[in-house]
Amino acid sequence: MALLEVNDLQVSFNTPDGVVRAVRGVSFTVEAGQTLGIIGESGSGKSVATQSLTGLVAGATVSGTAMFDGLDLLHASPREMRRIRGRQIGMIFQDPLSSLHPCFTVGWQITEMIRAHEQVSRKKARNRAVELLDLVRIPNARSRVDDYPHQFSGGMRQRVMIAMAMALNPALLIADEPTTALDVTVQAQVLQVMQDVQREFGTAIILITHDLGVIADVADEVVVMYAGKVMERARRRDIFYQYHHPYTEGLLSSLPARGGTRERLTPIPGNPPSLLAELDPCPFVPRCPYVFDRCRSEVPPLAPVHPDEQHRSACWLAPDRARSRGSASSDPAPDIAPVTP
Amino acid sequence: MSTGSAEVDAPADVDQDVAGVAPRVQGRSPWLLAWQRLRRDRVAMISLVVIVLIAVIAVIAPVFAGITGHPPNQQYLQQGTTTAGLPVGPNGTFWFGADDLGRDILVRIAYGARISLGVGVAATLLTVAIGVVVGLAAGFFRGAVDTVLARFVDVILSVPFFLVAIALVSIAGPGLTMTVLVIGAFSWASVARIVRGQVLSIREREYVEAARSLGATDMRIMFVDVLPNVLAQVIVYTTLLIPVVIVTQAALSFLGLGLQPPTADWGGMIAESQNFYQVAWWFPVFPGLALLITTLAFNLFGDGVRDAFDPRSGRAA
Amino acid sequence: MTDRNPHPGASPADNPGHEATQATSETLLHAEDVRKYFRVRGGAGASRAEVKAVDGVSIDVRRGETLGLVGETGCGKSTLARCLTRLYDLTSGKVVFEERDISDLSRRELRPVRREMQMIFQDPYGSLNPRRRVGSIIGDPFSIHNIGNRKDRKAKVQDLMELVGLNPEHYNRFPAEFSGGQRQRIGVARALALRPRLIVCDEPVSALDVSIQAQVLNLLTDLQREFDLTYVFITHDLSVVRHVSDRIAVMYLGKVIEVAPTDDIFETTRHPYTKALLSALPVPDPDAADSRERIVLTGDLPSPINPPQACRFHPRCPKAQEICAREEPPLVPVLGDDGSHLTACHFPLEVGESLRPAVEATGPERGVTR
Repeated sequence: MALLEVNDLQVSFNTPDGVVRAVRGVSFTVEAGQTLGIIGESGSGKSVATQSLTGLVAGATVSGTAMFDGLDLLHASPREMRRIRGRQIGMIFQDPLSSLHPCFTVGWQITEMIRAHEQVSRKKARNRAVELLDLVRIPNARSRVDDYPHQFSGGMRQRVMIAMAMALNPALLIADEPTTALDVTVQAQVLQVMQDVQREFGTAIILITHDLGVIADVADEVVVMYAGKVMERARRRDIFYQYHHPYTEGLLSSLPARGGTRERLTPIPGNPPSLLAELDPCPFVPRCPYVFDRCRSEVPPLAPVHPDEQHRSACWLAPDRARSRGSASSDPAPDIAPVTP
Repeated sequence: MSTGSAEVDAPADVDQDVAGVAPRVQGRSPWLLAWQRLRRDRVAMISLVVIVLIAVIAVIAPVFAGITGHPPNQQYLQQGTTTAGLPVGPNGTFWFGADDLGRDILVRIAYGARISLGVGVAATLLTVAIGVVVGLAAGFFRGAVDTVLARFVDVILSVPFFLVAIALVSIAGPGLTMTVLVIGAFSWASVARIVRGQVLSIREREYVEAARSLGATDMRIMFVDVLPNVLAQVIVYTTLLIPVVIVTQAALSFLGLGLQPPTADWGGMIAESQNFYQVAWWFPVFPGLALLITTLAFNLFGDGVRDAFDPRSGRAA
Repeated sequence: MTDRNPHPGASPADNPGHEATQATSETLLHAEDVRKYFRVRGGAGASRAEVKAVDGVSIDVRRGETLGLVGETGCGKSTLARCLTRLYDLTSGKVVFEERDISDLSRRELRPVRREMQMIFQDPYGSLNPRRRVGSIIGDPFSIHNIGNRKDRKAKVQDLMELVGLNPEHYNRFPAEFSGGQRQRIGVARALALRPRLIVCDEPVSALDVSIQAQVLNLLTDLQREFDLTYVFITHDLSVVRHVSDRIAVMYLGKVIEVAPTDDIFETTRHPYTKALLSALPVPDPDAADSRERIVLTGDLPSPINPPQACRFHPRCPKAQEICAREEPPLVPVLGDDGSHLTACHFPLEVGESLRPAVEATGPERGVTR
């Protein structure tokens, strides 16, 4: 059984300009110990969708179900949610500084976090904090545990956040653009630490990002979102090599070629839609190169792509369209390919 | 919807209308957007109506005098006071009652509105003008100019306002101009501080850097790029400053530092009522209400203006 | 379109033995030992410290090329860009543009120079004044330099809007009414207005979504071909810089540590830091991601207030030896590279050399981990 099963999640906001339908019927599952990558551009609803799972979107209208460990997160009481947040679902965000309290040492914050949920002595909790900082590779954890957030660099703060999120050994870690604000070398450290933690605790991770490179690095399963809907859902390799949906194709073709040719890129034309507006049955219609009549009249279901049941795509194109952009045929990555045997 | 037959061979790059924005050639300026938001704010609009009404009353004050037949400073010792010499209450002749000298309170309130609004607006404008100039200069030029101006602002802010006001009035004598000058001279410092802070943050924006990279002069940057972006804050502050000034003016009058009798003015009327409030409730209550309604309206309107300029959505404002 | 201009994609062999610090007629911009220090209040006490944002950079930008400037936050790439365009006064050093020393020009004297060099900024929201109409924003260069009358300007602005793929009818709109990608086009149009020779692009696509990023990159490439533009392209995104650049300069803590034609940077990487940077780049290709050697640098970027002595990378470098902390390596051709590939390292990497074995040699406290 899946650890988390989200079904037909819808989230909308009332704004002075009208109702913004940020998430328009999203379903996905997260398996224990696996990493689900959710990719989408700004306004795709990827962050709102996951925030609504933990009850963190204020003033939104949320519908659908999200079964986590026998409890529907979307209909749980605030009291139940408080128990779940932190203890069973850990969270890290893009900006670690705004999620850490500036006036308390990180050790104190981790300790309090532990003691809020578990009856342990201050000393034990503190020892656990040191272990956690060690785990996320903070050098000299024993002394740094008494430092304040501003004494850490950006990458270290994010690792402290991971330590804090993992303090109670949650079954699920939600990471919302955890490396977006970081430099690549630091990003590599943070992603590495997340994978370490997953291996150590068997934590499931939902990783929200706009970076296909990060997805290719760490995701097991990938959900591609656009305009509040899931466009395609597949295992990592299938998204990159056997994609079905034209939006996925567009995303991949927008990227500069890895070999570094200076040829023109192939962007997706136009701009993403406003979520205030009534959209076409398939929201990608205005930008899709393959669009035909049916796309404008019927909502395409997230249906299996032949011949793979696990690979689903919300597109009316033939189910066996899934293309091979096989890794073998493409440039075998001379730049970063292993130089050692 | 798309046009732009780009010279560049870039069919994929053709501009599309911003989704959700109705295709219209005339852009909606941030000012217009703020006004549209303000118009949707019921409280602010009601407050605005009240403010306009008070302004109308101030303008047509002589009409009140005409209808009642009571000029503002005319003392009706016969009809307006009882045989015991106490003011008469509201009745058919004196709708809001009369004061201890038998003057018509309604008519005097109408005339008092002229003073309150006039001083309120004039002193506020003076305050804002000085504050914006000083704040702009301090924030924009920084360095020595900033240091000197900032210290000066600190000094002004630490001056005990009423003590100095009393001293000044006792030297130069009370009066309308004096009131405006005193308020202006001591209130601009807080405006300057706000404007300076805004300028400091705006001058670090990329669009200011962009202007500089195009070779724009300091003056151009100040007036084209910085000032318009400070203005929204200034407008908000101005609408919230007016009620403060009105109350200050009333307080000065109440202390006998403002307008001199027999000029009708709300603060002065409340002061005159001090000895009579136990026997003539209408004497302090009606001028007090007028003051309250006016300041409340300005404050609520100011809140609305602030919300209109500072919507949580978007980074435009 | 392209035949007017020896396209920048031309191979580096066209410029044999060209030293980066030696000005020739094909050099558009030449920087020599440029330094920019910022005064900051020291953390403790009233002591005044200096951030050495750019600390002795010499570099040439050649006509018609795109020079990529890469490095992580705090490496000084944006500061260097603002020194090259003289938005900042230099602490010391020399900038020569079109064979004219502009290092000490006053703002007034710089005004004519500004027509020749423009900037495109990172933040499509922050770089446009929200209270002005797009037409007047794009027309700024004309009004600042008093070119044409009102009617001419409008026509020119509308031409520019069309050129960058905007609808000229949107002349009277405000920036907030455009999407991120469109705003970046507005910034491009403004930079292009006076037909400059050099455009310094400071992270022009970093804030954009990938699909929009590709649109803007295409636009920049097209415009370069059409107008013989020279770009200095600053970014932290190595895949973007590889796509657009003819040459790449890698910066670390205020210094250029390696500069070479794009392919050389990727294929014959010499500097250990460049190598680490390249290996950390996330690759949107699962097979490559799984099989590559990823060098995770330990430690954090040292403070530019008090940078490490000599080679600034040595505290984090897996190959560092005692000399690296003592003597600063010069930026020179190494291991038989020609003059187009310069590296500042005492122990440059051979082609195919891995950084990994060095880990055992230097111990776990320093160097790389995997």
